[in-house]
Amino acid sequence: MEERKPLLEVKGLKQYFKGSRQFTVKAVDGVDFVIYPGETYGLVGESGSGKSTIGRSVIRLYKPTAGQILFNGMDISGNLSSQQNQQLRTQMQMIFQDPMACLNPRKKVGEIIAQGLDIHHLYKNQAERQQKVADILRKVGLAPEHADRYPHQFSGGQRQRVGIARALIMDPKLIIADECISALDVSIQAQVVNLMKDLQEETGTAYLFIAHDLSMVKYISDRIGVLHLGHLVETGTTEEIFNNPVHPYTQSLLSAIPQPDPRTERNRVAKSYDYKQAGVDYHVGKRQHLEGTHYVLATDEELAKWTAKS
Amino acid sequence: MESANREHVLSIRDLSITFKTGAGPVNAIRGVNIDLYKGETLAVVGESGSGKSVTFKAAMGILASNSVVNSGSITYTYHHNDGSPATVDLLKMKTKDIRRHINGKRIAMIFQDPMTSLDPTMPIGKQIMEGMIWHYKTPKKEAWAKAVRLLEEVGIDEPEKRMRQYPHQLSGGMRQRVVIAIALACDPDLLICDEPTTALDVTIQAKILELIKRVQAERGISVIYITHDLGVVAKVADFVNVMYAGKIVETGTIDEIFYDPRHPYTWGLLSAMPDLDTDDARLYTIPGSPPNLLHPVPGDAFAPRNSYALNIDERMEPPMFKVSDTHYAATWLLDERAPKVEMPKELRARIRRMMKEAN
Repeated sequence: MEERKPLLEVKGLKQYFKGSRQFTVKAVDGVDFVIYPGETYGLVGESGSGKSTIGRSVIRLYKPTAGQILFNGMDISGNLSSQQNQQLRTQMQMIFQDPMACLNPRKKVGEIIAQGLDIHHLYKNQAERQQKVADILRKVGLAPEHADRYPHQFSGGQRQRVGIARALIMDPKLIIADECISALDVSIQAQVVNLMKDLQEETGTAYLFIAHDLSMVKYISDRIGVLHLGHLVETGTTEEIFNNPVHPYTQSLLSAIPQPDPRTERNRVAKSYDYKQAGVDYHVGKRQHLEGTHYVLATDEELAKWTAKS
Repeated sequence: MESANREHVLSIRDLSITFKTGAGPVNAIRGVNIDLYKGETLAVVGESGSGKSVTFKAAMGILASNSVVNSGSITYTYHHNDGSPATVDLLKMKTKDIRRHINGKRIAMIFQDPMTSLDPTMPIGKQIMEGMIWHYKTPKKEAWAKAVRLLEEVGIDEPEKRMRQYPHQLSGGMRQRVVIAIALACDPDLLICDEPTTALDVTIQAKILELIKRVQAERGISVIYITHDLGVVAKVADFVNVMYAGKIVETGTIDEIFYDPRHPYTWGLLSAMPDLDTDDARLYTIPGSPPNLLHPVPGDAFAPRNSYALNIDERMEPPMFKVSDTHYAATWLLDERAPKVEMPKELRARIRRMMKEAN
């Protein structure tokens, strides 16, 4: 286990956006994490915490301000040769939040799914192309006939399946799922999460699963990273985070999860956490190792205080 | 319960609504009955497309122009300022009268996305005052003072300064607070919240729900929540209506719905909700998707997705079977001739665990 080679390594990633000459938004401010092949890493945090920005930096939609992103040992944070670029674009895919907005409404679903194949010339003849599209549609629980329909003819859950099919057809090593279930209904969410889990077992893809819904993240992730204000405040396996949350922000997030249980729910008061009042400065904290893969961002005194309480 | 002295606020009877679309008529609401009493909280749960929003849009008189109300009534009971009660059928009122006497003044609505329900070109103070000035002809100074008080009440600091700010200058949670302040501006006695927290983060969601709860307790108003999130329902509701394909399939008190659900759809909804204590590798899902109401639905609309479906489900629509005085469910499984069917055992185990924890 210890000798596993990470698929994706993010080291000290910083992503700043210049608002004006005086004002810079530090969306991501020094984040480190790794993803191993075939596992799911869940990134959680409130809106504005920088979780989507990380996903977009990893897939090279943004150019990182500082830090390194290594994919399969290759640095992908700087400029790449066109050959490297090509290779990367087949191995890393993204699933977006809004399944209606991310599918071209004027193209048939078959065309949308096969677009990646067309660009990278990954088939010998039309028959093979059609076969590949039909296979992938079946894999995500749709019928091959659906290839001739347009996105608007599908329901939300089906559209998200098309989005997944489009990502999977390239046979990627890593899929970045950016809030891919937030726009769906509860019962459909469960269907999509189960589908993603099944596909992972079958194909061995790794997921970077970005979401704000901790209860769903718990189901799908092997390891979780908690983001707040562009800092990774706590990371560890799902059990470590849920059984022994150390950082007060993680604790407040966990306490805010609504439970389908009226008796406990009525008396539950969510733990509030205010960055300013808590007196925690993320800039001075450093990554403190707790156990296994469990890390927390804290100064020595803070760590002593938080661990002493529990 | 003290059902004798409960006062009706809203009662929807036999409501049926059809939308005329290019593809043909869509029968979105197929006979809905809902009762709401004073000071109580009602939650309507269902997937998107089940008709939960449409039902209450009908009550507000803001249905889309291609809709036709086939039958039914929505009676709303309120008190005039002098205390004399009045009962009206909202479906028979003219739009102009609803706007003048009901909307905002007596029934206020909070929508899902605060960015689209606020006017981006108007300072929020003006938006809060607008209703008061229009409905009650409140003098501007008085309206301003009340708006500041309302902003304080919903937990916005520096209200004087915020009054002059525009929606884009506020965060999502703050905007939703402003929307609540606007809804409360004319002292309504019924608040309809249509997915009030879906667009918000969990931490902020909890705060907004606590806010609505507090306001409700202070003012003694009735609240209707329209949501698909059972976690929200568990936190706030007294009574729950589960809606599926334009019909209420189960109704009961919150404890009855969560601890003793009878309809297979409710079982599915409850099981699909991830629970932090279970370690199942897979989530339970309801197979398939809701029916297309463009075509008439024979029998029970849920039958094709229901693993417990009986033969009769395909032919005849189940009536509401009575479980207790407050608990009704529309499923043939409750008929005395039906085979004995238990809820899925994972759900049973979870409910047992919840009961234990609560005690």
